[in-house]
Amino acid sequence: MSAAPKVTPTAPSMLAMPSPGLPPFDYVRVNHPGKVVRLLLEHGDNARLLMGGTDIFVQMRDGVLAPQIVIDLKRLPGMTNIRYDPARGLTVGAAVSMNALAAHPAVIAHYPLLVQAVETVASYQLRSRATMGGNLCNASPAADTAPAALVLETRCVAWGPDGERVIPVKDFFLGVRRTALQPGEFLARIEIPTPPDGWAGRYIKLGRNAGGDLAIVGVAVMGYPDHSTSSGYRFKVALASVAPTPIRVPEAEAILSANPITEDLLAQAARAAEDTAKPIDDLRGSARYRKAMTRNLARRALDDVWHELRKER
Amino acid sequence: MAAHTITFTVNGAPETALVHSHTTLLAFLREQLGLTGTKNGCSTGECGACTVLLNGEPVNACLVLAVEIDGAELVTVEGLAHDGQLEPLQQAFIDHTGTQCGFCTPGILIAARALLNRNPDPTEAEIKDALRGNLCRCTGYMRIIDAVKDAARTGG
Ligand SMILES: Cc1cc2nc3c(=O)[nH]c(=O)nc-3n(C[C@H](O)[C@H](O)[C@H](O)COP(=O)(O)OP(=O)(O)OC[C@H]3O[C@@H](n4cnc5c(N)ncnc54)[C@H](O)[C@@H]3O)c2cc1C
Ligand code: FES
Ligand code: FES
Repeated sequence: MSAAPKVTPTAPSMLAMPSPGLPPFDYVRVNHPGKVVRLLLEHGDNARLLMGGTDIFVQMRDGVLAPQIVIDLKRLPGMTNIRYDPARGLTVGAAVSMNALAAHPAVIAHYPLLVQAVETVASYQLRSRATMGGNLCNASPAADTAPAALVLETRCVAWGPDGERVIPVKDFFLGVRRTALQPGEFLARIEIPTPPDGWAGRYIKLGRNAGGDLAIVGVAVMGYPDHSTSSGYRFKVALASVAPTPIRVPEAEAILSANPITEDLLAQAARAAEDTAKPIDDLRGSARYRKAMTRNLARRALDDVWHELRKER
Repeated sequence: MAAHTITFTVNGAPETALVHSHTTLLAFLREQLGLTGTKNGCSTGECGACTVLLNGEPVNACLVLAVEIDGAELVTVEGLAHDGQLEPLQQAFIDHTGTQCGFCTPGILIAARALLNRNPDPTEAEIKDALRGNLCRCTGYMRIIDAVKDAARTGG
């Protein structure tokens, strides 16, 4: 009988040591949209598109993703452009970094809600790379730019085998990390219409700390005068981190256009947001806590927007 | 596994190198170029120890591929001092004891340098916000913030 082999245990601290490397893959930089479509159709699930990499490289390190080919789209024509035209609104290339977006004069002047949302994400250095396009395509329930995109009625413009296709952002998220993009399609740009005159918006994010932790709950509200409603106003409300996808809250929106706006009505709308929220328990917060916070933050965001709207009259 | 030839400048010096697709900028700097001033704390964008300037903007080198820096200008902590002279921000960290174990310091110096480049006279809130992505386990941050304020005051 031979003695049991001696095993030298690996110290857990060594296993936990982060390696600066990633699992192997091939990197391809493309300059033509047609080539992207061809590569995507050829490689299917083995291919992954790259913008800032702040989601995919983390997911690859965690073993969630193991693509054989990573396709960098940042140098495709138009991908890093920002254009603003009062009639058509804002056009943001899918590869525009969050810092470039939040520093653009037209975005600061006309879309402060977007600046607010972007600035809640992670840290300045992460936002040098992270893009709004990647944030939407990653389709996390916690995506901080998604609620703002939802209330601003953003259009996602995809490129694919049949050319261009417009997907309203409300139809873009299908589930956790699942989007409406079809095989061979990629997001080329984001179009945000010019909001109605006199609008105001607010994004409030609750994280575990004051910095850029992922949202426990995120609430975006926008409102504007609208003489066709009984209240004289129309509101749009969207939530992050309380359902499998970022969601709008049509119930709250309906309440706020059907009756004259009072403290009580704002409270009712915030309760509607709480009722719509279907959160889960996770390490950042329990479902019960998330529901309660949805109501609180929705109330605060609604109050802020209502305050702005009355100031402007 | 593809390899790529990249051309770039690091701390002012032009360089050409052969890199694998999956080599991160952090691994490349430390292991291929021997620039070990840039630290690996988490490899996942959380700690900021790997912060370097890429075309003047601070980035987390652990989440950038080496192949992506083709054509770019890089500055690492090794590039802050010139002609044997520390740059004012570095001197301010010494004067205020803004560094203890020092592991976070290269990343914080770079993030702070980037802040002062875009905003030479930041408020305390702006300093805190700019350093939100840099974790320090030693100093308690106050001395770091004092150092950045001082460097800003003296035009650093
Ligand atoms: C430390 C840390 C903190 C973070 N904090 C936050 C936070 O506070 N809030 C938040 O919302 N997010 C946060 N994130 C997540 C991430 O930074 C964001 O989701 C970011 O916007 C992703 O953009 P990206 O350009 O880096 O995407 P990438 O990682 O390049 O891509 C994201 C996903 O979209 C796909 N994709 C990329 N481009 C396209 C395209 N053109 N068409 C179709 N699919 C495409 C990719 O294959 C991938 O699946 C954090 C990440 C880290 C590492
Ligand atoms: S090592 Fe890059 S952020 Fe921690
Ligand atoms: S000085 Fe030790 S981590 Fe900051």
